[in-house]
Amino acid sequence: MIALLARDMRLAIRAGGGFGLGLAFFLIVSTLVPFAVGPEGAVLARIAPGILWVGALLACLLSLDRIFQLDFEDGSLDLLATAPIPMEGTVAVKALAHWITTGLPLVVAAPVFGALMNMPEPGYWWIFVTLLIGTPALSMIGAFGAALTVGLKRGGLLLSLLVLPLYIPTLIFGAEAATRGIGGFDNTTPLLMLAGITAASVALLPFAASAAIRINLR
Amino acid sequence: MELTARDLTVSRGGVPVLEGLSFTLKPGQVLVLRGPNGSGKTTLLRTLAGLQPPLAGEVSLPPEAIAYGAHADGLKGTLTVAENLAFWASVHGTRDIEPALTRFNLLGLRNRAAQSLSAGQKRRLGLARLLVTGRAIWLLDEPTVSLDAASVGLFADAVRTHVASGGAALIATHIDLGLEAEIFDVTPFKADPDAPSRTPAAFDEAFT
Repeated sequence: MIALLARDMRLAIRAGGGFGLGLAFFLIVSTLVPFAVGPEGAVLARIAPGILWVGALLACLLSLDRIFQLDFEDGSLDLLATAPIPMEGTVAVKALAHWITTGLPLVVAAPVFGALMNMPEPGYWWIFVTLLIGTPALSMIGAFGAALTVGLKRGGLLLSLLVLPLYIPTLIFGAEAATRGIGGFDNTTPLLMLAGITAASVALLPFAASAAIRINLR
Repeated sequence: MELTARDLTVSRGGVPVLEGLSFTLKPGQVLVLRGPNGSGKTTLLRTLAGLQPPLAGEVSLPPEAIAYGAHADGLKGTLTVAENLAFWASVHGTRDIEPALTRFNLLGLRNRAAQSLSAGQKRRLGLARLLVTGRAIWLLDEPTVSLDAASVGLFADAVRTHVASGGAALIATHIDLGLEAEIFDVTPFKADPDAPSRTPAAFDEAFT
């Protein structure tokens, strides 16, 4: 499994691997919003956590179809299905690789991009924490969506439509926890809900995703 | 390390293509699958490899014994030859890729990116993967496509060595590999897709 993780990371970082695509998209969203909304600092500070969460979510969505599609097209997925690694493990490892190459850079970059939107100082911490807790769920739910659409040519549209509703609870609780944290209110409940969504996704979805892949390989 | 199929019916997209197949592949045996295009050789190999369930009948084989070689080689263009092979070696818990590189004459190419290989060289790398899996039963789907005569010789040697050490191989191919092999023609087992008895089964295939 470590070999698979190392391979996926290496593929992502090499030319054409898509590493940085999500990050660039995130940067574009964060820099365009102030131009569109106007330069009033108070307005930007108020909407910053929500915009950062939406940006991170869409950036995550952008690279989802790469999780299984490339391996499906070149036959690797067939070979992985006959390999000694259980398919559930393959799914979990590929979701983890997606998180490390897409989610983690977003988490690290979000406080910096928050500064572009005049986010108040406690926001740097809270946007980092909520994204750190929430983005693993985005990768795992996304891997499930990618598994469902793996056999389809140009399945990206269907994938987005399938995954977006599943992302909404993560978005609600993530943005809520960040906003409350910035305002100085108690945000334990949304944080726990966010952590619960991540824990449940990571625990259950590898099984659902591997079942979907087995059906799609037939 | 014996592969047995009993009264097997295999289907593609819910439509049965071959039925009533029974055969045994013993250690040290090479079985060559013959049949015209579209006769279901690939479907049979995928079913035996466990990638799809049989419509009827059963396949019995020891666990983790199958190395499947498909039309696609599962190579990553941005990884080098050695990296591609080392990945499959570590997935299968083996480490040494040198014998496989040597056997398929890939030593000189080991640091080349797989995307810069010719079709035949890619195929040789795909076949070298079989050696690093350490699995006993090879299921190969047209392994000699785009290979030149010398490379076909290398491949035949690899199969001979594998079989001599107690392995077995089931090979779908249209050419004569010069191996001591039994021919298994699938044409007589062609299924009648219009047989009325099985039309309803196709509908709920996704839900069973």
